[in-house]
Amino acid sequence: MSESLRYIQAVNAALTWALDSRDDTVYFGEDVALPGGPFGATKGLHKRFGSARIFDTPISETGFLGMALGAAMTGLRPIAEIMYADFSFVAMDQFVNQISTIHYSSNGRWRAPLVIRMQQGYSPGACAQHSHSPEAYFAHTPGLRVALPATPDDAYQMLRTAVISDDPVVVAEARMLYPTRGPVRTDAPVEPVGGARVVRPGDDVTVVAWSRMVGAALDAAGELAEEGIEAEVIDLRWLNPLDFDTVAASVARTGRLVVAHEANLTGGFGAEIAARAAAECFADLRAPVARVATPDVPMPAAPALQAAVVPEAADVVAAVRRTVRP
Amino acid sequence: MGLPDDYRLMARIRRFEERLAALKDDGEIPGSIHLCNGQEAIPVGACRALRDGDHVTATYRGHGWAVARGVDMVGLFAEMMGRDSALCGGRAASPYLSDPSRWFVGENSIVGAGVPVAAGAALTAQRTGSGAVSLVSIGDGAMNQGNVHEGINLAAVLDLPLVLVVENNVYSEMSRIEDMVRVRQLAERAAGYGIPGRVVDGNDADAVAEAVTEAVTRAREGAGPSIVEAMTERLVGHYSGDVQHYRPAGEIAAARGREPLARIRQAADPALTARLDAIDAEVAAEVEAAVTAARAVPFPDPATAKEHVHV
Ligand SMILES: Cc1ncc(C[n+]2csc(CCOP(=O)(O)OP(=O)(O)O)c2C)c(N)n1
Repeated sequence: MSESLRYIQAVNAALTWALDSRDDTVYFGEDVALPGGPFGATKGLHKRFGSARIFDTPISETGFLGMALGAAMTGLRPIAEIMYADFSFVAMDQFVNQISTIHYSSNGRWRAPLVIRMQQGYSPGACAQHSHSPEAYFAHTPGLRVALPATPDDAYQMLRTAVISDDPVVVAEARMLYPTRGPVRTDAPVEPVGGARVVRPGDDVTVVAWSRMVGAALDAAGELAEEGIEAEVIDLRWLNPLDFDTVAASVARTGRLVVAHEANLTGGFGAEIAARAAAECFADLRAPVARVATPDVPMPAAPALQAAVVPEAADVVAAVRRTVRP
Repeated sequence: MGLPDDYRLMARIRRFEERLAALKDDGEIPGSIHLCNGQEAIPVGACRALRDGDHVTATYRGHGWAVARGVDMVGLFAEMMGRDSALCGGRAASPYLSDPSRWFVGENSIVGAGVPVAAGAALTAQRTGSGAVSLVSIGDGAMNQGNVHEGINLAAVLDLPLVLVVENNVYSEMSRIEDMVRVRQLAERAAGYGIPGRVVDGNDADAVAEAVTEAVTRAREGAGPSIVEAMTERLVGHYSGDVQHYRPAGEIAAARGREPLARIRQAADPALTARLDAIDAEVAAEVEAAVTAARAVPFPDPATAKEHVHV
């Protein structure tokens, strides 16, 4: 069965599924219960599941993420919501020193089956403190699974996968995708963690993207097709585990690679893909790997300045052209 | 300062915020804005206790503090319109603007993050012997943020000239403060840091001024930080576009009878009423002129988007 849902509704459906199917699931964060979530992701859940299962926390990210960890270690399956991904930085100790390390440091004796849900990226007029794309920080941290769903269906499927996982999973959605609508397979079996997906086949160049940039890459591929360049677009979906095999198999055919993300360029996850390609696809590459990203500036708030830095389809088109016709 | 002066400054803030809301509705302001309608008596009363050189740190709901500190209104409007303002050049917008020329350390859209920063300004004042104080405003919900605890405790052990003003408007975004804390008043927490804490009527500029003056005097004398909790109410949503479905019916209407500007009018005699009407008209003209001037500020040149990442 497939339903047409907006991205944000798909998130709501996945959370409903999680709370419905497992009694040990609890959901908490700021404004998630009585108010129904700052973006409406948790609308109706409090009414349905009550305060024992879904509750509002004080503004205390370090506190409630630590609480999620302790609860996960001792038998619950918490899903904690960070309102804007930017606020995860006030709780980085929890991500880097606590949540990600406990399974390893206990020699596998503790598990931390928790999910941290957040939304990220720019939106018109949002300031630097509300526009970060921090996925590389999380992917840099061993022990954290990192998921970036780009479509309503993946918002549903990947969140369910995260909930079922026995590892801590960071699910980062893109706020700009919330209004997008698409088919959601509400009766599909829960997928295993990981797996990139070829979302448009092509033979001339491989474009790897995730989150909001998948749509931009598809738009770019459409434009490039008109000038005879067939771009293969890969939605990476998970940064950890990283499905590099799908990327390598594509590059083996196309010989060219462009990586596109919204996060800043330097040290972004695109650098990891480029390094892996240099190490594992060297013989296949017929052109240098190109990266599309926000340049190394904090995100400005004025739309006139945002437009000058935020990567869009045109930037992908330009990078592909440079790669295919140097 | 007399009553009409306070009224004028509060009216200036109110009018500024009302005009912003209208500009937002007209699509002239991108992004969300957080208005302080109903809370004007706090910055106005508190800034009466300050002098030039005293630093102020606020939150995303900080337009009132900016106006009360004398930050240029044209710059404020232009910044929020995404224009090349003289304040932040379109980089900060509503929730993160600042103005060193008015000692406005600025806003912060990370809840509670301003407190340690303000402690730093207080450290500078202490170490340079400037005699300045550092005042930081936060919301009630922010009192639960780790940054706030660490910042106040540091200020306490270092006897820093810091004044923490908690604007208790009952809500942290969409959640009631009574569901978020177990203390009756947030100022009770001051005892845990070994510093004084007071609760005042935040809709009364005189009461705020009196309490903040006491805290400022103490800070200037080297006796360390204090907490002033000012009780108030939001007359508008948390942010532009907030339909406030979480607020009980009648709550805002009741708050309108208690808000600071209405209160002055209720107490006023007819002669004063005429004077206040005249002030309203002058303020409206002043704000409108600022809007007109802001509209003439160009949008930032996209070619400059990467400037100022480093000095
Ligand atoms: C660290 C952090 N967590 C969460 C948020 C999201 N947020 C923005 S305003 C707000 C409520 C703040 O309430 P309060 O401190 O009472 O201030 P008020 O809005 O009432 O002025 C929240 C949770 C944030 N900006 N920063």
